[in-house]
Amino acid sequence: MNNDENKILSDSTETITTSSSTNSRMDNNPILECKNLFKTYANSEALKGIDLTINRGRIVGLLGPNGSGKSTLIKLANGLLTPTSGEILIAGNKPGIETKKIVSYLPERTYLNDWMKVSDMINFFKDFYDNFNPDKAYEMLQKLNINPNDKLKTMSKGTKEKVQLILVMSREADLYLLDEPIAGVDPAARDYILNTIITNYNENATIIISTHLISDIERVLDDVVFISYGKIFLTKSVDEIRETEGKSVDTLFREVFRC
Amino acid sequence: MSWNFNDDRPIYVQLMEQIQLRILSGVYKIGDKLPSVRDMASDASVNPNTMQKALTELERTGLVFSQRTSGRFITEDSNMINDIRNNLAKEQIEKFLCSMQKIGYTKQETIKLIENISKEME
Repeated sequence: MNNDENKILSDSTETITTSSSTNSRMDNNPILECKNLFKTYANSEALKGIDLTINRGRIVGLLGPNGSGKSTLIKLANGLLTPTSGEILIAGNKPGIETKKIVSYLPERTYLNDWMKVSDMINFFKDFYDNFNPDKAYEMLQKLNINPNDKLKTMSKGTKEKVQLILVMSREADLYLLDEPIAGVDPAARDYILNTIITNYNENATIIISTHLISDIERVLDDVVFISYGKIFLTKSVDEIRETEGKSVDTLFREVFRC
Repeated sequence: MSWNFNDDRPIYVQLMEQIQLRILSGVYKIGDKLPSVRDMASDASVNPNTMQKALTELERTGLVFSQRTSGRFITEDSNMINDIRNNLAKEQIEKFLCSMQKIGYTKQETIKLIENISKEME
């Protein structure tokens, strides 16, 4: 089932075109490209030769069992780790200062300070990122009934996750890397968040979501990448999987990775 | 009318069917302008690209058409809508007759039963 070329192509007839597609900033190079990418930690190989191309304007699920290399790949894309060998490119550039401007990253663990108020963090993000839109952040906070004057310290795990996701999604980025974004969030808020993702993202932006909650996010995904033991196992569109396999991505995942 | 999806078929195909149903039942009326792709995608909680694909496919069937600058509209061809409605009705009845056969009713018996029950309901 392994594809020779793990390419996720955005079919030009299917991509949504609106006025913003005439934006001069838009170019057609892939937003993320991995070429024979290896990452080795002290005594384990996390990624063993990843070849992957992800184009603009897609919502992609990065799926794989625990320890398959999902977070490592995301950290490499974000420049938190450097490749052992091979190459990873964001819009044609190696991860660095330039790419951080266009990449919005939600880590697995929170890095925000407990004593800060939500409004402090919004100011913090506003100072830090040119493309951060505070109005959008406040609007989402209101919808999810989060008081901007609350301190992170006083919040539940799920609420903290919501705040962090709101901050990340309020940047007008080209690539969003979301590592386990909705794990601790209740199902109702999950729906709201997914809806926010699909209604707010710019149609030339790409969102990569690593998650185990496949059935929850399946219908917002264009494509899925299955990763297993540091290798790409499959890249396909969700509808292609349903068409050829006659089953959902969730079911396919359970079959492929049965323990 | 809410959007429902099952697991084993492509989402865009299910979207096509459900948009078609909305047109047949008059939720979207003949000649009306459809909401934007984004709004429809958000309403159905699906990816806008998937909604776009469903609408493009529906355009191919002629049930909806786009006008370059002003958006996407439902066909004004009421014959076409009636044809689709008739076909759907036929399919439903065939399916129903099949299931009745499985529980031991002939077509004549089924038709009679329908008449009796619809009288009782009046």
